[in-house]
Amino acid sequence: MLAKDLETAAKQIRLYTLKELKALGFGHFGGSLSIVEALSVIYGKHLNVNKETAKDPNRDYFVLSKGHGGPALYATLFLKNFFTEDVLYTLNQNGTSLPSHPDRNLTPGVDMTCGSLGQGISAATGIAYGNKLAGLDNKTYCIVGDGELNEGQCWEAFQFASHHKLENLIVLLDDNKKQLDGLTKDIIDPLDFVAKFKAFGFETVKVDGNSVDAIDKAIQQAKANKGKPQAIILDTIKGQGVKHLEEKADNHHVRPNDEDWKAINEAIEKLEKELEGVLV
Amino acid sequence: MTLILEQTEKEMRQVYAETVYELAQQDPKVIVMEADLSSSMSTGSLKETLPGQYVNVGIMEANMMSMAAGLSVTGRKPFLHSFGQFLTRRAFDQLFVSLGYAQLSAVLVGSDAGVTAEHNGGTHMTFEDMGLMRSVPKASVYEASDPTLLKYLLKKGYAEGGLHYIRTIRKATAKLYDEDTNFEKAQVLREGNDVTIVASGIMVVEALQAAETLKEEGIEATVIDMFYIKPLDGETLLKAAKKTGKVVTAENHNVNNGLGSAVCEYLAENHPVPVRRIGVKEQFGQVGLTPYLQEVYELTAADIVKAAKELVTK
Repeated sequence: MLAKDLETAAKQIRLYTLKELKALGFGHFGGSLSIVEALSVIYGKHLNVNKETAKDPNRDYFVLSKGHGGPALYATLFLKNFFTEDVLYTLNQNGTSLPSHPDRNLTPGVDMTCGSLGQGISAATGIAYGNKLAGLDNKTYCIVGDGELNEGQCWEAFQFASHHKLENLIVLLDDNKKQLDGLTKDIIDPLDFVAKFKAFGFETVKVDGNSVDAIDKAIQQAKANKGKPQAIILDTIKGQGVKHLEEKADNHHVRPNDEDWKAINEAIEKLEKELEGVLV
Repeated sequence: MTLILEQTEKEMRQVYAETVYELAQQDPKVIVMEADLSSSMSTGSLKETLPGQYVNVGIMEANMMSMAAGLSVTGRKPFLHSFGQFLTRRAFDQLFVSLGYAQLSAVLVGSDAGVTAEHNGGTHMTFEDMGLMRSVPKASVYEASDPTLLKYLLKKGYAEGGLHYIRTIRKATAKLYDEDTNFEKAQVLREGNDVTIVASGIMVVEALQAAETLKEEGIEATVIDMFYIKPLDGETLLKAAKKTGKVVTAENHNVNNGLGSAVCEYLAENHPVPVRRIGVKEQFGQVGLTPYLQEVYELTAADIVKAAKELVTK
């Protein structure tokens, strides 16, 4: 079960993300680890979703637009009791219900199929718009990647959200500074995300994406804000929480070498020790 | 003899606007989406008459497509219109992944089919849309030849859920059908024993004219309006192919991947007979009026007659 204490929740999600990827033997370590804190705050405190409310239209929605972060979402959904631990270790195995990128038709708790970058944020905008038209008081949370924002479609969605004053849409940008081929600033320099979101009409704040308290405060404020869509820029590190992976240059999709495995196993052991006595 | 067919009173776009309005009145979940082509499709007034059920997203077809998927997640029933190539060529990955792969529901209406894009020219002219849509698993693909049929197909897509693509022109057409026509099967518009002409969209009228001309030369043609491109109405096709043993297809579309391909695939597996395909061959669009472009791309009744005679006299 996901702990109420957000720091503990983040440790749980990180632990099971690592165990899940370890079971597969390779995968999207970097971009999964950088959203762990955001997921712990969203699912641990704000998103009023569980197995029982999944069909309730009044519940909140969550879209992982940067679909390659799927493993971290699955660890979270397991901790929210959407499925059992054994399912978690079937990630990407033949016939699995947990594919690399989230699939609404395969995985309990997944609201939208994502993976083709740029489309999830549009879908989230559609969900928020539909809910606003219905007069519902719920929120739609969407995590986008900094690399993903290379896609023009994201900016189409932002224009729509702003024009239609979708205050029920909370966009969290995982600004981990890297995309598949390297640093975002070297590939397509994003320049100033805060200025860009503000220019697109978003209520925008930048916070330490490694701090559950900072993220929590930002979300609380975003939920209270009116009249504009909300953007929370998360200053994160790709591979967040596992020093060795943070420092690894090519950490988007990792096939760990011996040195990497040593670090991953140490991180798992450390987290297991810290979480001793905390129920899962 | 030149066939004189009565023109419909209403344009296809008016029928689109009226039908989605009617459905939206009945069902608050219906939402009509445009990407800045509302005035082209006569849906502009829906902004006032359907508050909360009509949205013009601006010129952003990719976003419109994935947003429709999000709206479908919340139980809404989106109708999307744009020119066919903007829906299919431009937003293909969006319609494929966000709607098709995610198994969500939307009715996509692509207007200005093929050469009817006229003065918008090659950039706006799609001879590929049915081919693209045919390749999306579980998507239904139709081409409307007449307003009564268009209305039926819109209601069918709405009622069935899932992903539907309806190809249409915007203007008036020849009046082919009465209000009480049963559209559950493709329509056999004329019966003859010598050759079958399978057509869709604006080519149905060309096929009827071709049949008239062929009759003068002693050749009796069966004419089918095959608006069910996918799933294809194989039953109606098979019956006619068995009777005539020769088939000509006619489409305002590339001969590859559209109606002609669908007919050939079906016949090759079920009842191989000689086929000739009338349609656009390895060419892009260009500006021009419809009759001119039909000449250029060999989409006329005369082209159908020529192909039919080749088959019959072979």
